[in-house]
Amino acid sequence: MRLWKSKTSRQNLITLAVLSIALAVFYGLDSGGVLKRSLSGQLVPICVYIVMALSLNLTVGIMGELSLGHAGFMSIGAFSGVVAVTMLGNSIDSPALLMTLGIIIGALLAGVAGFLIGIPVLRLRGDYLAIVTLAFGEIIKNILNCLYVTIDADGLHAAMFNGMELSGTFIINGPQGASITNRISTFGTGIVLVMVTLVIIMNFVHSKEGRAIKAIRDNRIAAESVGLNVTAYKMKAFVLSAALAGAAGVLFAMNYSAIEPKKFNFNTSISVLVMVVLGGMGNLRGSIIAAIVLTVLPELLRGFDDYRMLIYAVVLILFMVLGANTRFQQFKITMKEKLKKRFSRKEAAK
Amino acid sequence: MAFLSNLINGLSLGSVFAIIALGYTMVYGIAKMLNFAHGDVIMIGAYVSFVTITSMDVPPLLALLIAMCVCTILGVVIERLAYRPLRSSPSLAVLITAIGVSYLLQNAALLIWSSNTKVYPSIVTFEPLHLFGGALTIRGETIVSICTCIVVMIGLTLFTGKTKTGKAMRAVSENRQAAELMGISVNRTIAVTFAIGSALAAVAGVLYCSMYPVLIPTTGSIPGIKAFTAAVLGGIGSIPGTLVGGLLLGIIEIFGRAYISQDLSDAIVFAVLIIILLVKPNGLLGKKVTEKV
Repeated sequence: MRLWKSKTSRQNLITLAVLSIALAVFYGLDSGGVLKRSLSGQLVPICVYIVMALSLNLTVGIMGELSLGHAGFMSIGAFSGVVAVTMLGNSIDSPALLMTLGIIIGALLAGVAGFLIGIPVLRLRGDYLAIVTLAFGEIIKNILNCLYVTIDADGLHAAMFNGMELSGTFIINGPQGASITNRISTFGTGIVLVMVTLVIIMNFVHSKEGRAIKAIRDNRIAAESVGLNVTAYKMKAFVLSAALAGAAGVLFAMNYSAIEPKKFNFNTSISVLVMVVLGGMGNLRGSIIAAIVLTVLPELLRGFDDYRMLIYAVVLILFMVLGANTRFQQFKITMKEKLKKRFSRKEAAK
Repeated sequence: MAFLSNLINGLSLGSVFAIIALGYTMVYGIAKMLNFAHGDVIMIGAYVSFVTITSMDVPPLLALLIAMCVCTILGVVIERLAYRPLRSSPSLAVLITAIGVSYLLQNAALLIWSSNTKVYPSIVTFEPLHLFGGALTIRGETIVSICTCIVVMIGLTLFTGKTKTGKAMRAVSENRQAAELMGISVNRTIAVTFAIGSALAAVAGVLYCSMYPVLIPTTGSIPGIKAFTAAVLGGIGSIPGTLVGGLLLGIIEIFGRAYISQDLSDAIVFAVLIIILLVKPNGLLGKKVTEKV
């Protein structure tokens, strides 16, 4: 098999296979009713956070720029998805089709937002880029906080600041957020979305664009001097990352009966960032594992809820400080070698 | 008269922004890093003074001094433990660490003082000033914050211009390697910068909470980001620029709140940041830095 011979595609296939088996097992356990309720309620959020972590990893790990407004794209996807599903809900019966359309519309709008925000943002670098993405995240939250959308027989009505004069029933009601009439997110759709996301990102990373973006990350000036269009390549990655976050947002929103704009605040962006850093920046498998662990763990350790963000903060600092510590890196290398030696000795003894 | 009153309120908020922004601008100029946790040092300063005033019955000025001492120590400890090990790391790693520190402080405050809103007692005790037969009222906090800002600005300008440590700071910000060759201890200079910035953060925290008496663990984060905006607006690394940027931003915020929308005032300030970074990334009074290959 040619696919098996190339190391990257072999690695990708293994990741896909392991993840699909794991998710299938969970799916079986869930439909068999074996899982505890607290855990089965976490299945859709797990998928949401896997997609979020994978998409943020594209910006932070592959592109090497810190985005602190990822929850903003998620909220654009969530709110536009809710509007789309409510609007189409009367004419389409199949929940699967409705969900697919909702996710596509949410992803498209978040992608458009990513493009518009990317135009100013991607001209900047480093600290400035990070703080501007944070600013955009806050602006999106602020705007959604005073957006009112209603629906009646004539179609959609929207207003800013004051929704009192709008006729029909509210879909989005300012600070109270969106109300969802049919909660159509299922673990099944979540699994499909995770798989699609993973395939898209893997293909993107190993395509011409992905290699160009990694080259730009490692040395921007060298990449520019061999003729790579830095902004265009970065824009592709940024828009893709935003669109996937939007898709995750739709899946997230459709899992609840109501969702507020303040749910998508800076804390959410940071939680996803912690997943990416913990899993290893640029490492897709790591992001998936970290997303699963960090979504399930707080549920299992209810008593530690107060300490959760504190621990996240310490983890962030420790990872960065130890990563820069040469003695620790040396220690890691020697430990790895020792393990390898012991392992090969055992093999030889056999 | 409403216009004049808004203008004065803007100047007073702006002077607090300017004091906070000094911490950002000095650290950015000298250590070349964005100290994300600066806003949370403000919050810690406010909490420390709150606790000393309400439960220990200390006079406000002494409480301010205690808060300044605590924040100074905190700033130096943060620099030593979290930022110094990353001195030669890529900026992404430093920024993530700074976010981690910011979160650590917020959640530590949440555990120590709980998320309940504390109503901050104003440290200013004298009566508000009534002008034009009562048509214009100037709060005592307004006068105090503007005066403090002027004193701090003059003091810091003299400090960086005249003293030996101040000269060392300017040298390190100009060229770290060359400064080290001249016998300046870079680590010590950066630690001093953090100490001064954090002490000013305590002052700003006390002033900010006297004006807006709501104290919660996230009190510092939004003013922190706004003050960073002010630092960028004025040109990062420049002390007069910080004053101009801070005052302008304070006026923009108060006018935006009064004449455009109460809900969108944060969004307006952030929009200013985005526009400045795109149109004039060096700020109003900043120096232009060319990139060498």
